[in-house]
Amino acid sequence: MRANFIFSEVWIGLRRNLTMTIAVVITVAVGMAMLGVGLMINAQVGMMTSYWYDKVEVSVFLCTKNSDMPACKGKAVTQAQTQALKKQIEGLPGVEQVFYEDQATAYKNFQEAYANNKAMVDATKVEDMPTSFRVKLVNPDNYQPVIQALEGQPGVSQVVNQKDLISQFFTMLDKVRWGAIVVAVVLVLAAALLIGNTVRLSAFNRRRETGIMRLVGASNLYIQLPFIMEGMIAGLIGGVAAAIMLIVTKVLLFDEVAQFLSSGGAVIGWDDLASVITLTMIIGVVICVLASFVTLRRYLRV
Amino acid sequence: MIHFDNVTKVYANQNRPALDHVSVDVDKGEFVFLVGSSGSGKSTFLRLILKEERPNSGAIHVAGKDLSRLSNFKVPHLRRRIGCVFQDFRLLPNKNVYENVAFALEVIGKPRRFIRKVVPEVIELVGLEGKAHRMPNELSGGEQQRVAMARAFVNRPMILLADEPTGNIDPATSIGIMKVLDRINRTGTTVVMATHDAAIVDSMRKRVVELEDGKIVRDQSRGVYGQAY
Repeated sequence: MRANFIFSEVWIGLRRNLTMTIAVVITVAVGMAMLGVGLMINAQVGMMTSYWYDKVEVSVFLCTKNSDMPACKGKAVTQAQTQALKKQIEGLPGVEQVFYEDQATAYKNFQEAYANNKAMVDATKVEDMPTSFRVKLVNPDNYQPVIQALEGQPGVSQVVNQKDLISQFFTMLDKVRWGAIVVAVVLVLAAALLIGNTVRLSAFNRRRETGIMRLVGASNLYIQLPFIMEGMIAGLIGGVAAAIMLIVTKVLLFDEVAQFLSSGGAVIGWDDLASVITLTMIIGVVICVLASFVTLRRYLRV
Repeated sequence: MIHFDNVTKVYANQNRPALDHVSVDVDKGEFVFLVGSSGSGKSTFLRLILKEERPNSGAIHVAGKDLSRLSNFKVPHLRRRIGCVFQDFRLLPNKNVYENVAFALEVIGKPRRFIRKVVPEVIELVGLEGKAHRMPNELSGGEQQRVAMARAFVNRPMILLADEPTGNIDPATSIGIMKVLDRINRTGTTVVMATHDAAIVDSMRKRVVELEDGKIVRDQSRGVYGQAY
């Protein structure tokens, strides 16, 4: 009985201010979508840092059987070559520490990095993994001499400067993420102001009814609830719209670009997306309810 | 039922108090006319009873409760036991007679079954049977005021406050309105009516409390409107 009354009041209120309600929905939707994109990029970046990312600066990959690298000339690295290389690397000035990654360990790290890309993991066998030396430098910026010394040595397929490879990409990604978050904050502010305006208009339109409700002794909650629910419903619809946009973004953008990412296919999964969507919807609704409540305190005499 | 003890009310930005050390007692079931020229404090008096305004000094007790100690949360409950009728009727224009009266019960959460039983009874009490589905703009002034009174009375309040209810109504129809008020008073409801209408006051010979510049100058049972008239 009471619920019926409140719902009918909410419905009437929404219809009367339809254009403003739509404006609120759109603003909340885009704002939350931006916030979601920022969060998704965050999650993606988290996935992309591999096991060695912040531990070493230089990776020296050794030849596997059937390696395509020209330096290997089709031959796998031998035990003797591996030992020699280890001594050489340890002897280089500027080298702080050397780690050896065998095929089993390499495979384990690979599995963890590409946990979301089952196809790729299944297609790769332990024997396909290259062994490598992971080198930590005394001065991370002084990688050139190390690379030069090791490139072309027998058994070495490739020498890679980790930071160089990844940092450029991460810088760009960082900029995109910050951009998305700034846009989100601005839009959330705009949404809050819009909701304030909508609630004010709604309260003004219904001042006759609310005046009589007060006189007749309706409780404050009864009087305020329809307005707060209007805000909440607008927030919910906006949140759902944002969720749809985020799903589309994941499928069209993230999954496609995944092939080009240096993590080579490790991309955020559906469960990450689910938590991002839940968070943005909660934030959307909370902002709407808060904005409605604050506006009501100012403009509705109770 | 209503107890004013040395009550003073000054509105902001005004020099003269609207009510100036007013003390008065209204017992249960009484019918009181509140008379005085415009600005004498009649409306202020009624608003203080509803706790729409707070006094600057003095104590007000309604139905035994000290209003100054009533929390904001409890004010709606106080107002449910007080019915109000105004000069401008204050009906909802897009609801019909039945819906206007039912509104007062809906917003305090009464079940539909209760409403369906009680609303027709009170519509009959005010003499509007058969007109339950008319819209306010299809009713005369007197009929609209009867709807307002039905709405004020439907929850069987202890007190009925009327702020110049016959102000917009011709003398002949006013008599009908007063008959309804009298009927309501006879059920045991305390009635306090602020008015300019000398003829009504003189014809009913109820208790008259006269206000002038915020002070009570006369409190007479079975009184008339004024000596100067």
